[in-house]
Amino acid sequence: MNKRNWLLSAPYLIWTIFFTVTPLALVFFFAVFDKSGGSYHFTTTYISQVFKEKGEVFTSLIRSLRLSLISTFLCLIIGYPLALILSQSKSKHKSIYTTLIVLPMWMNFLIRTYALLTLLENNGLINQFLSLFGIDRIQFLYRESSIAIGMVYNYLPFMVLPIHSVLVKMDKRLIEAAEDLGANKRKVFTRVIFPLSLGGVMSGITMVFIPSITTFALSQILGGSKTLLIGDLIERQFLEFNNWGYGSLLSVIVIIIVLLCMYLSSKFGSEDSGEGGLLG
Amino acid sequence: MKALKRFYVLLVYIILYAPIAILILYSFNDSKIRGKFSGFSLRWYKDLFKDGEILRALYYTILCALIASVLSTIIGTITAIGMYKMKKSAKTVLMNLSYIPMLNPEIVTGVSLMLLFVFLSMQRGFTTMLLAHLVFDIPYVIISVIPKLKQMNPYLFEAALDLGAHPFYAYRRVVLPEIMPGIITGFLFAMTMSIDDFVISFFTTGNGVQNLSILIYDSAKRGISPKINALSTLMFITMLVLLIIVNKRDDTQKTLYGKDD
Repeated sequence: MNKRNWLLSAPYLIWTIFFTVTPLALVFFFAVFDKSGGSYHFTTTYISQVFKEKGEVFTSLIRSLRLSLISTFLCLIIGYPLALILSQSKSKHKSIYTTLIVLPMWMNFLIRTYALLTLLENNGLINQFLSLFGIDRIQFLYRESSIAIGMVYNYLPFMVLPIHSVLVKMDKRLIEAAEDLGANKRKVFTRVIFPLSLGGVMSGITMVFIPSITTFALSQILGGSKTLLIGDLIERQFLEFNNWGYGSLLSVIVIIIVLLCMYLSSKFGSEDSGEGGLLG
Repeated sequence: MKALKRFYVLLVYIILYAPIAILILYSFNDSKIRGKFSGFSLRWYKDLFKDGEILRALYYTILCALIASVLSTIIGTITAIGMYKMKKSAKTVLMNLSYIPMLNPEIVTGVSLMLLFVFLSMQRGFTTMLLAHLVFDIPYVIISVIPKLKQMNPYLFEAALDLGAHPFYAYRRVVLPEIMPGIITGFLFAMTMSIDDFVISFFTTGNGVQNLSILIYDSAKRGISPKINALSTLMFITMLVLLIIVNKRDDTQKTLYGKDD
């Protein structure tokens, strides 16, 4: 193909500068610039507002971090054994089992959350089941724990998949070698399998932690309007209070957390941690 | 030990699928009282197609997904062909730029696009939602088409030119058929992403225009309605069919795993 071929990409380059780079730049711009008297001026209003409303922002930020960490941890301890069992399975239907893990990732996120809502509500199936045994109705919804349940339920496949794909590709001869050299099952796991799967673990952690820390729909549906996460605060600033400057500043905080998280995962993850990860 | 492993896997699968199964079951429930299954009925599905709000949302969802996936397939394919013979450095820059919408948390993409539209004083509505969908759809088409271009025999195009074909003709008759599978995968990909999208649409739409995801979100906040169960079931089945088609088309299968909320 000829040399002027690159011209074909030029429209998209312009598009992406206009619709991807500029909007992001605007987020940073509005976080510290304010319009007054027809022109933009540098302002620290919003930064100081974060400190002034320290209570609200601070609690929701800490709550977001706490819930995301808890659910990431739960996903890891539930998901790792699952990935391990699946990767060692010799069943004929192995690929079906793996597909069954991937499938929920592709179901509409809101439908999954809505389905969970119908289960957890006061008249929901779980409570009805419990009442059969004479157990009093448990208030699952509109608490922090229901948000954490929602995160684990929604994001578990994101943890299982990258770990599974690393385990499947692992050189089985290393395990045999360790066994030949006299390592018992536990040693094989702690000294060979687990260290070699760290790349998958890191990308799993990233893939669960980032959507958890940025969500707002989950907390609105399962947590009600009292347990606000940082995502809820951002959503409110933009769509309820029309306070774009403040919303932008909060978005910048989220961007920083996400970048930090990606940096840590690329630092501790192995080279091929991307496998089965974000861009496979 | 083996039984224990089986039990564990089964338990996780039950937890993953039970809520969806129950949701679907109750969409066929004759009674409005939840938790009581009083008989099979299609009344909620009938109600669904009488509800103006839901039908409007369905219309916007399909219209937006169709236009966005057709346009992004055209733009994405042309871009991928252009990128194919680019200098490595330029290619890396463009590739990374197109990764931004895929890697960014959706709330950041949504908020940033909303700011752009506010900044340009564009009334938020269908057009802005469509533009936003193009932003996240095009990269998926590009990453579906590029592998096909790489697999293609580079001399085919040259041979066509040597034999006197006009470059445009050679593209149409030689390159296009070669990369067609990638283009179709990209199209289906973009379609799925558009139908499924909630967060970005939520921030970029306005003026009463809403898609099905936004509608489900709003009604979920208000509480549970059997009509929404029916709607969710229909959406779930549609997505399932689309996914099976996309998954059957090998190659890009790996990239499928990259979906994010």
